[in-house]
Amino acid sequence: MKDSNYSKVNNSRRAFLSKTAIASSSAVTIAIAPGVLLSEVHAQTAHASQGASISTKADDEAVSSKNRWGMLIDTAKCASGCTGCVDACNEEHGLVGNNRPETDTQYIRKVHLKNKTTGHELSLPLMCQHCETAPCVDVCPTGASFTRKDGIVLVDKHICIGCRYCMMACPYKARSLVHEKVTNQTLSSPRGKGTVESCTMCVTRVDKGGIPACVEACTAENHNAMIFGDLNDPDSAISIELKNRGGKQLRPDLALNTGVRYQGL
Amino acid sequence: MIKLLRLLFVFTGFILVSTSALLGTAVADTPFPTVHLPADESLKCIQPADEMRRNHMNYIMHQRDITVHDGIRTEPDSLSGCIDCHVEPRVESSGKEGEIASFKSNEHFCTSCHQYAAVQIDCFQCHADRPQKYIKRSYHTSSLKNQLQQAMTATAEVEQ
Ligand code: HEC
Ligand code: HEC
Ligand code: HEC
Repeated sequence: MKDSNYSKVNNSRRAFLSKTAIASSSAVTIAIAPGVLLSEVHAQTAHASQGASISTKADDEAVSSKNRWGMLIDTAKCASGCTGCVDACNEEHGLVGNNRPETDTQYIRKVHLKNKTTGHELSLPLMCQHCETAPCVDVCPTGASFTRKDGIVLVDKHICIGCRYCMMACPYKARSLVHEKVTNQTLSSPRGKGTVESCTMCVTRVDKGGIPACVEACTAENHNAMIFGDLNDPDSAISIELKNRGGKQLRPDLALNTGVRYQGL
Repeated sequence: MIKLLRLLFVFTGFILVSTSALLGTAVADTPFPTVHLPADESLKCIQPADEMRRNHMNYIMHQRDITVHDGIRTEPDSLSGCIDCHVEPRVESSGKEGEIASFKSNEHFCTSCHQYAAVQIDCFQCHADRPQKYIKRSYHTSSLKNQLQQAMTATAEVEQ
């Protein structure tokens, strides 16, 4: 990748950010990958509205806005060098690399951050943040990008025409286009050349009362850096943890009300 | 003159009758698609066969939308349900389990009819054309792990 191009973009965004983030004295702008900026402004508490339980729905029951699925990631527990979540995701969704890192599909990736001044390093998994007001949904010309009633942002690939506007709009660089023919797909991710895809928060598992593959793997590795649960249910583990210790959105300045939150940024 | 015309009519009539008779035999000789049904005869389709022959696409298309948008996951009506029940390995003459015909072959349940009826569906560009239990995935090796680790670990520096 041509770094010079990206740093140009980053500079102008930084200027923009420093203007918009006056409210915060501790504004920090983080470039986490070429073209992707994270800005840490204020600790935001998760939105928690009137509760509902995490009851698993019946197979023939439609999803509803009773639930809002989310994830909380504790960066202090996320081990650098561990790719457990990434591997589990690739296996669950049958994602095969073609040794072309710039275009190979990534639903989730590990990002390593280093603070130049303090030398402090941290590692975190980055995936679709499942925004409430998702830019990818705003720009989609066909309605293929949509937010499910329970907050999961998806691509209806049956309607996707592969224009990639959503990829450009996503501030987290969370989406990929399938560039090659695929066969022997998994049930979790039917996927084929010419459509856009991203983290589905493992809808096929969630609809059956399960948890996403990445969260399962992180727990199995005994790192316990990821919690999955219902942000609308005040008694869920994720809501309790958010209430006690808080959790930040990446780029809170964009006011996207993300479903994925981070601790220790 | 009239006589001549009448003769002409009779003649064309004769030709028409004989060609349609020929066509008739042609239709009778056209091979109908061989549709392989599940070997286990105790299995039942989600609807009677004649209804399925006519309207199967409506069932799957409806299922597609309610599953993707509303998370309704009623197995038998799903596309993977059709595939699980309808796609089986060939039985070799030795009685052993053979290969599974890919969706490109007219031995595949869906393609058997579609090729005959000149229907083209794109479903199998994304959906597996066979039950998951017959898919062996061996790519998830440690070399892939390393490759992914390199590709997916982007390091960036924090500016203050
Ligand atoms: C571009 C990729 C793509 C194509 C082409 C495609 N699908 Fe899908 N399909 C998907 C994805 C992604 C899902 C979501 C999987 C899930 O959530 O279970 C899905 C889900 C479904 C479902 C619900 C899950 C299931 O197994 O029942 C049905 C039914 C379905 N598709 C039918 C079809 C049919 C019929 C066609 C062909 C006319 C088709 N699809 C073509 C990507 C595709
Ligand atoms: C549990 C197993 C099962 C499932 C699931 C199933 N089928 Fe069937 N299907 C059958 C059987 C058995 C027959 C033969 C029925 C008969 O002759 O009465 C059949 C017959 C058919 C036929 C008529 C074939 C012919 O004789 O010309 C079509 C078309 C068909 N199925 C399509 C589908 C589709 C599409 C789905 C998914 C929505 C589906 N089936 C799901 C078992 C199944
Ligand atoms: C009994 C023969 C037969 C079988 C078996 C069959 N189909 Fe079909 N299918 C047809 C015919 C004929 C049409 C076209 C109907 C029309 O155009 O009115 C069709 C149309 C479709 C369509 C709509 C295509 C479009 O462009 O509108 C879909 C989707 C489809 N079939 C899916 C399947 C799948 C998936 C299977 C295998 C599980 C299958 N069919 C098995 C005969 C069959």
